[in-house]
Amino acid sequence: MTIRTEPMTVNVGPQHPSTHGVFRVRITFDGEDIVEVEPVLGYLHRGSEKLAEERNYVQVVTLTDRLDYTSSMINNQAYCLAVEQLLGIEPPPRGKYLRTLAAELQRIASHLIAVGFFVQELGAFGTPLMYTFRSRERILDLFEMLCGARVTVSYMRPGGVFADTPADFWPALEQFLEDFEGELEEIENLLLSNEILMVRTRGVSPLPADVAINCSVSGPVLRASGVNWDWRKMAPYDAYDQVEFDIPVGQNGDNYDRFWVRMQEVRQSLRIVRQCVAQIEPGPVRQELPLVLRAAPGAEAYGRVEASKGELGFFLVSDGGVSPYRCKIRSPSLINLTITEHLLLGWKLADMIVSLGSVDINMGEVDR
Amino acid sequence: MVKGLAVTLSNLMRKPFTTSYPEQRIRQHPRFRGEEFTWYEERCTGCASCAKYCPLGIIKIVTSPSETAPLQGDKYRLETFDIELQRCMFCGLCVEACPYDALFMGSGFEEGQYKRTDLVITIDRLRQAEKNPSTWFRPQLEGMDYRPGEGRPLGWREVGRENWRWHQHEKAGMRLAAGRDDSEGEA
Amino acid sequence: MRCVSNAEGMLSADGVLGGNPLFYFIYNAVAHIAPCWLSYLISGLVIMLILINAVLLGAAVVSWGERRLLGRFQNRVGPNRWGPFGAFQPIADLAKLITKEDIVPYGADKLAFTAVPIIMVAAVLLGTAVLPFAKDVALVDLNVGVLFVLAVSSLTSIAIFTAGWASNNRYALFGAGRAVAVLLSYEVPVVLSLLGVVMVAGSMSLGDIVAAQAVPFFLVQPLAFFVFIAGMSAELNRTPFDVAEAESEIIAGYHTEYSGIKFALIQAAEFGGVLVVSGLIATLFLAGWAGPAADWLGWLWFLIKVFIGIFLFVWIRSTYPRLRLDQIMAVCWKFLMPLSIINLVAVVLEVFFLRDANGSLSTADLWIMAGINIVLAGGSILFFGRFIKEKVRTEAPTAAATNQVVPGVSTIGMR
Repeated sequence: MTIRTEPMTVNVGPQHPSTHGVFRVRITFDGEDIVEVEPVLGYLHRGSEKLAEERNYVQVVTLTDRLDYTSSMINNQAYCLAVEQLLGIEPPPRGKYLRTLAAELQRIASHLIAVGFFVQELGAFGTPLMYTFRSRERILDLFEMLCGARVTVSYMRPGGVFADTPADFWPALEQFLEDFEGELEEIENLLLSNEILMVRTRGVSPLPADVAINCSVSGPVLRASGVNWDWRKMAPYDAYDQVEFDIPVGQNGDNYDRFWVRMQEVRQSLRIVRQCVAQIEPGPVRQELPLVLRAAPGAEAYGRVEASKGELGFFLVSDGGVSPYRCKIRSPSLINLTITEHLLLGWKLADMIVSLGSVDINMGEVDR
Repeated sequence: MVKGLAVTLSNLMRKPFTTSYPEQRIRQHPRFRGEEFTWYEERCTGCASCAKYCPLGIIKIVTSPSETAPLQGDKYRLETFDIELQRCMFCGLCVEACPYDALFMGSGFEEGQYKRTDLVITIDRLRQAEKNPSTWFRPQLEGMDYRPGEGRPLGWREVGRENWRWHQHEKAGMRLAAGRDDSEGEA
Repeated sequence: MRCVSNAEGMLSADGVLGGNPLFYFIYNAVAHIAPCWLSYLISGLVIMLILINAVLLGAAVVSWGERRLLGRFQNRVGPNRWGPFGAFQPIADLAKLITKEDIVPYGADKLAFTAVPIIMVAAVLLGTAVLPFAKDVALVDLNVGVLFVLAVSSLTSIAIFTAGWASNNRYALFGAGRAVAVLLSYEVPVVLSLLGVVMVAGSMSLGDIVAAQAVPFFLVQPLAFFVFIAGMSAELNRTPFDVAEAESEIIAGYHTEYSGIKFALIQAAEFGGVLVVSGLIATLFLAGWAGPAADWLGWLWFLIKVFIGIFLFVWIRSTYPRLRLDQIMAVCWKFLMPLSIINLVAVVLEVFFLRDANGSLSTADLWIMAGINIVLAGGSILFFGRFIKEKVRTEAPTAAATNQVVPGVSTIGMR
């Protein structure tokens, strides 16, 4: 006997509590099973690319803060790399190390958010989120020392970082690194071996490596599918060729692997931060440049970094003016969203939220 | 699963990480980029570098020729210096652009108003405001063990960079000479 | 008509409210000036009023305590703005919710929509009717108390389903469907686990069950204790079984559309439910008001044990993520059901062999049962735990320690 069921279309978002911002998916359910997915984007479009064309090269740095507001440092870094390529300049070594340090701290903060919200979406009532935010707060305090702001940092400039560290930054960083070890262990104890979390995430929404590559996915999502691909290793920028670190690679590309890869990357980032602290030497942090930069007409540059969510790239074209003629942003979250359908179809309502959380999108970056 | 229970229990015994905000405040770092811009009229030449460098164009400066200009190198008299705080994103580029150390970020973060027009900082407000400059992009302030907002406003003479040797070559200090004359006259 | 003299006889005859000292006190006071049926009614109403207010106040205290405890579990402070340690927070919440607009969504079945909060609160209040707060202090010590509690607690599922259907909201419908599935399934192991308790106590009256606990039943029947707590967290929609109102998936489940005073009532019913279930746990497994001091201190022991129950719920809620609906069903039928059946069979055998001539069990017998059952519980939880863990047991992915620049080619073959 078959029971005739009627599909039910539900509009999840843009104000759903756990869609990571104003992301809307129209989903058709058969009971609790997902049979059709249609993502709808664009609720947070601010025209960053167009705005960049009307600002000079330094002013655009402030726009990049607001792309992926959970990893502003890395956005700054990507943009500054692009401008440096465009102008053919290079920051001094201390500036490079400071950038690497800040970017890795930001990666830790971003992954902590991703993990915290991921488990929150699994239904843990805020506890893992609070624990991860506790550590993230400390990182933001460090950012406040570095550059006076916690989220919208605007720390880096083409040619280095805007200023040297204040005197009390280094002891605070040491203290943080010391405390974070224990806090991270606590989070891992709470999450990594939790049976409920494993049951919920193991084998759910697997992403095969070939699909991941075909969809041009990058970042932890790609690495969780078993592809060893990290721009910090492939084309080292800033000081990444001076430090040692491993790339955690998953096996199945399921939700647990994505979560696991992020947890491991936090450890690797910690390693990089330690090495930066050990290797950094006094010196200038910023190449002396005029306030208003000009590039040669017709120059093009593509600066990319391994952001916390994937490959973040800025493609700049100059017409000789004070501002970029064209600024194209390759944002990882948008391109990682192309696998939405692949992840969700055939899974249940409860898995939908978790799978979206495991991709770790950020709408500020998706809609730009 | 038992491990997780132990983790949460151990956190139950611990002191809370958060603080009760209005009663207990966390001190911001002196570099904090906040509201309450600090502006030293004595140092400002009205060059409008800040207005030009602001990514949002929210600083409005109107100047007219100064009467005392030829004598003291003081070319402009400032008529308007409006900062539209409601659109400001506190990136600090205006401070970075100021060549004369006349504009500083502030340290406040609690300036809520009911009307948008109340958020515009006018030249009068800038003049009368207590001078609590943030040390953001002003390395000369960082060495002097100064914390903004702790009851010690800084005068315009203390915040400059002119005793830095490398700074002597810069253009800064045009108006400064005039200021020094002024103060000597007063003394 | 004066009937003080025959009151005792009449009351003990029907048993309702019998043995309640407070009832006698009020009855005797009123009976001087009123006919006996009226004084009976008045004293009954007064006691009900006291109880209802106590439960609702208790629900408020539970909501405050839960938020406070959760805050500390999460390294936060929790509500702390009004009153000592924020203790007046529930009052502020209530004041806010009452003044909010009371919205009935377009297309909703207004009657059913409005009835839901009332049914939910009523179910909770009915549940408290049989709870013995101290020795001989219960609104009524029914001789089928356990059955009554189970019957009343399943009223909630009707209310939830009505809410989901009447709201004209798809999230609410999801929540209602899930809630009904969960509640219906979890009734079975809960009832089976309680059968063991009833069997050992030899009575369905909650007062007798407390009196029978020379050894607290959580030692005598650890399996039943475990199953009952798990089943009750499912019935209360609490983590890890809170699929019915999974806020990260379906907004708020069945009460998505509720606002204002209706929402306040639903919340009161939820927190009151925690209170009642904790009271049941205390009564059935932690020996209720029995404690090492005078009998009139019984309410103190009862409150302490209720607090233990609440703490347990909050602790679990603060730690675990939520299970998926099908996994919850698997836990119910593959894990809790066998456990409760094992418990039942073991208890049947033990009672059969250990009871003395008139069918009762001595304290020594209870200790023997406790010893056997604790070992049995450990073994069977581990054994059946393997069935639901089976999916989980795969190798953890390993870190590929490359630490070198891999050539920039597609690396599908590398995994």
